Amino acid sequence: MNEHDVHTDPGALTELTEAAAHQHTEVAPDGSAAGYKARRTLRIRVEIQRQIRRRRTQLVLGFLVLLPFILALSFEIGQSDPNRRSGGFVDLATASGINFVVLTLFVSGSFLLPMIVALFFGDTIASEASWSSLKYLLAAPIPRHRLLRQKAIASGLLSFFALALLPAVALAVGVIWYGAGEVVSPTGEAAPFADGVLGMGLAVCYIAINLFWVAGLALFLSVSTDAPLGAVGGTVLVSIVSQILDQIQPLEDLRNYLPTHYSMAWADLLSTDVDWSEMTRGTFSALVYGGIFTLLAARQFKNKDITS
Amino acid sequence: MSRLSRLRGRWTIPALIVVLALVAGGVYFTRSGDDPVAVPYKEAKIDAPESPDSTQTVTIETRLYLPQQTPAPAIMLAHGFGGSLRSVHTQAEEFARRGFVVLTWSARGFGRSTGQIALNSIDREVRDAQKLLDFLGTRDEVQKDSAGDPRVGVTGASYGGALSLLLAGVDKRVDTIVPVITYNDLAQALLPNSASATPRADATPAATSFGEDGVFKRSWAGIFFSAGMTSIDLSSPTGDAPEMGQTESQQPAQQPGGNSGAAGQPPTPALGACGRFTPEVCAAYTEVATTGRASQQTLELLRKSSPVAVTDQIKQPTMLVQGEADTLFGLDQSDATARQIAAAGGKVKMVWYAGGHDGGNPGTSLRGEIADWMAFHLQGKGNDPGTGFEYTVQGAFRSSGTPSLRTVVAPSYPGLSGSATERKTVRLSGREQVAVNPAGGNPAAISNLPGLGSALSRSSAISSRLSIDLPGQAAVFTSDPLDSQLLLTGSSTVRLRVARGDQSSGEAILFAKLYDVSADGTRVLPGSVVAPFRVALPPDGSAAEVNVTLPPAVRPVESEHKLALVVSTTDQAFANAEQPAAYRISLASDSISVPVVPGRNVTTGFPVAALWGIVIALLVLIGAGIIAMFRRRLAHDSDPELSSVPLVISGLTKSYPGGLKAVRDLSFRVEHGQVLGLLGPNGAGKTTTLRMVMGLIHPSEGHIRVFGHKVTPGAPVLSRIGSFVEGSGFLPHLSGAANLRLYWAATGRPLEEAHVEEALEIAGLGDAVNRRVRTYSQGMRQRLAIAQAMLGLPDLLILDEPTNGLDPPQIHQMREVLRRYAAAGRTVLVSSHLLAEVEQTCSHVVVMHKGQLVAAGEVADIAAGGGEATFRVDSPSKAADVLRGLEGVHDVHEDEDAVHASMNGVPRAAALSALVAAGVAVDQAGPRRRLEDAFLELVGE
Repeated sequence: MNEHDVHTDPGALTELTEAAAHQHTEVAPDGSAAGYKARRTLRIRVEIQRQIRRRRTQLVLGFLVLLPFILALSFEIGQSDPNRRSGGFVDLATASGINFVVLTLFVSGSFLLPMIVALFFGDTIASEASWSSLKYLLAAPIPRHRLLRQKAIASGLLSFFALALLPAVALAVGVIWYGAGEVVSPTGEAAPFADGVLGMGLAVCYIAINLFWVAGLALFLSVSTDAPLGAVGGTVLVSIVSQILDQIQPLEDLRNYLPTHYSMAWADLLSTDVDWSEMTRGTFSALVYGGIFTLLAARQFKNKDITS
Repeated sequence: MSRLSRLRGRWTIPALIVVLALVAGGVYFTRSGDDPVAVPYKEAKIDAPESPDSTQTVTIETRLYLPQQTPAPAIMLAHGFGGSLRSVHTQAEEFARRGFVVLTWSARGFGRSTGQIALNSIDREVRDAQKLLDFLGTRDEVQKDSAGDPRVGVTGASYGGALSLLLAGVDKRVDTIVPVITYNDLAQALLPNSASATPRADATPAATSFGEDGVFKRSWAGIFFSAGMTSIDLSSPTGDAPEMGQTESQQPAQQPGGNSGAAGQPPTPALGACGRFTPEVCAAYTEVATTGRASQQTLELLRKSSPVAVTDQIKQPTMLVQGEADTLFGLDQSDATARQIAAAGGKVKMVWYAGGHDGGNPGTSLRGEIADWMAFHLQGKGNDPGTGFEYTVQGAFRSSGTPSLRTVVAPSYPGLSGSATERKTVRLSGREQVAVNPAGGNPAAISNLPGLGSALSRSSAISSRLSIDLPGQAAVFTSDPLDSQLLLTGSSTVRLRVARGDQSSGEAILFAKLYDVSADGTRVLPGSVVAPFRVALPPDGSAAEVNVTLPPAVRPVESEHKLALVVSTTDQAFANAEQPAAYRISLASDSISVPVVPGRNVTTGFPVAALWGIVIALLVLIGAGIIAMFRRRLAHDSDPELSSVPLVISGLTKSYPGGLKAVRDLSFRVEHGQVLGLLGPNGAGKTTTLRMVMGLIHPSEGHIRVFGHKVTPGAPVLSRIGSFVEGSGFLPHLSGAANLRLYWAATGRPLEEAHVEEALEIAGLGDAVNRRVRTYSQGMRQRLAIAQAMLGLPDLLILDEPTNGLDPPQIHQMREVLRRYAAAGRTVLVSSHLLAEVEQTCSHVVVMHKGQLVAAGEVADIAAGGGEATFRVDSPSKAADVLRGLEGVHDVHEDEDAVHASMNGVPRAAALSALVAAGVAVDQAGPRRRLEDAFLELVGE
């Protein structure tokens, strides 16, 4: 038989029907097949496996590994002009390995990190819808709330991994290039290297919490549209609009209500006496926005007719 | 439910508009409340004696600002040099809003007050202020400590600050004072000398030598004096100093103090060469400005009207606010005041902020702190501000133009009580150098630009980099790069050796400054401050050793940076030596002693509201999760009687917003072992029905039961259904086999139930199963999808148009698969729009059209009809006549090429022979195919 021939062997049919004839489905009290347990469906490991094998996941993670090298290289190539030394994090970047991590987080904090979170969360359901595989998962059946939750957890783990990967690589690159010296904050404070590492660890945790609103919004858009690009792009767009509004000074205190307003509050961690107030507000803001969007997403998904 | 959703659709946009309007209204409401209301004030003119024994009077213009509630403690708010009561209007309103009665006035010689400026003379300006205290003592609006003794605090900046100190020293009715950026000794401020023969014993961080016979601070003195001449105030800082957590453009444009003093009136033309100064002051200035030196008489005049004259009498709680960017009244002035008040037994709190005569007035938050101080000491409200020490550190870098500031607090100002200031020793190196003083002291080194400093420091960090040292005119001593950060806080001390060069000169005027030099050579002069000193040189050419206290500053010197001590012979801002000279300058000791004041960073109080918000948000989220869980638990519904019936659909309707009904009132059953065909043209509602069976679409009405269990999204009973609806759904980046395995893994069921191998063989994709699904043809995906539906050998197999896209042999195989699968004790539901398909595959059929049930039953039954026969003939009308003639046959009707009749027991053969006998040519005879008819009728049009 030609290997490439698409053909059902009659023997296979016999095998199947025999198997069917011999196997009698045991039925559980809730009406399910005996082997089925809702709480075993779409385990995190399975979902991670589904996502990690995607080229886009691999590319994103690969890029995050590459970025610190690109930054370090551009510092090597670029001219160091003493007259221009008036900037903030950028001019401090070469002070020590930790300062390089700070710079990496600073330059990626406004766009790259929200985009990565938006990608992992916005794409997760919308791409299943676009592949038409969503209906089979739901008919398996994976209860809708569980599908949403497991996918959100998997996306969260991937996002957190990505968020931690970037500073980790940056730290390695920074220590090799600029050494493990004192970390200097823009307010002119210096702290030992170990404190800096701890600070960066906390910064990653804060950024992860602060980006919860991005995750919530992306999830909401992901269940609202069948186009993954729409969900990811829409989320990034909202983030950019929020950042633009944050630049408009006459809005004054109103800007405190923008979801991106506290996105850089982790910089407070560089200080020896950490001011937690901005970060606390940022956490609250992110929780409220993220919570609202997540509840909206859950409600939308629960009531949605799956037609993809 | 359906009505609700339609309602929701119709009201979405209006609801959105209403919500937006409410939000906008709420925002407007809360914002409009922020607009400050003007505080009412009363103007009054108060006469005071021109001098203690004089019969002449001067008239002082005053304003009394009243808070909402009286009686209240009072604050006397004095203005700066060159200003008037108008220049403190904004700050007065701020205090009044905090619940204080505020008295502002124009000092004599300023604003519309008459009289001549006597530079805060105890007999003149201070007496005037005492007169104002009497006035407050008579007002009912002012709270009293006792009759005639108002509860009052005094504050003011610069000239006004000095007045507050003087008034507190002479009049015990003053309860507390907050002098801002002011002097301790005007003689030292305008004629400083930072050198002393013996090391200073002061334990405070910012103490400088305060030596006799100082160097004249020419530019500042000129600006100060001209402010009194013209009422145009160049000396007071413009704008507010930057504060922590502020961005550049947030700095308010308003000028609560500063040179708006002239706004109320046109500049007064000079009243002669002395302007509005008293002749004594005028003469003293003229003397110093022309000779560069002050006589004893002048020094006494200056000292008598300086706070230093009365500080030993001040016992009131005092908060001293001094600027770190102040080359007129530096940090050493407040340091001296603090020492003197502390020695007299007064309570002192010290605040250094990122402003001053070169940097700006206290900003909003510092003004708030001053008001807090007043509130505690006058009203007894708020927390005790204590007697600590606060200083602001401006970072070495600015991120995007924003000054990065932090405030550091130490428990007390070091050296006032308890331990002395901590000092670090930094080694300096440099051999003896010769510095030349050019004739006439010109050209001169530049360290700062008085009066312009604040404009410069606001725009960028230029001001601290302005400094220029001229080659040959300066000796430079540098340190090694620092190992760790050094936060310079106060005045460093160094011991120098100065000797005559080749030319003879009895004394040297030199200027010492301490630079922060970064690794790439950029020099920054912290605070733009410079220490002038005068040193007598031994005539024999030997060296004189002096201790020089460098001017106090706050600066974080980063690791890898160096300190550079520069001793120059000239400075633009001072009266330089006129005679050309050369000096040999070297270090007497090879180190510099740098003060540091350890403290904690000020952090804004912990935001309790936000913390509660976090807790509440988390609780709401958890609560929503728990409620949803209980609602899901309650949703389960089963009918045990139907537990063996694979599918019961009753009254099923699906309507969409806009009134479109995809399925209407559909009811049918699928029994065990059937292969049921759901037949209907495209758009009949078949797929919608199947999606509802799978729990993907919510029915509008009616319900579906699978094995007795009601179908809801994700109902567990769905695990007994295998489905293929409207196309395959695979992860394109995975192979066919991986897709099936991952799908099964996603169901969470044991792998041995899956029969993946068997299913894959049914798909029969050969080695293509290991290729990515992306590369599959339509037919291959379809076969894989059907195999996926069969995973786990489901009790009910639902296939939607399974033969679409398959070629005839594959279609044939598919029919075989379905029939044999049903025969193995399963049930199959197939939808199709092809009659032949259903006829050949199914045992039972349900015909749908436009969402409604048309017919249902066994395929054979429906196909055979109730004993009706069809004859295909050449002449239908003739044949109809023949058939009507036969007994028992009725209900005859004709078609284009056929005749249909209800045979009613008459054998078809008999009818056939009758037709043949009548000469009708019969092409075909058989049972009437109602299914086809019904279907064609539906599809036909």
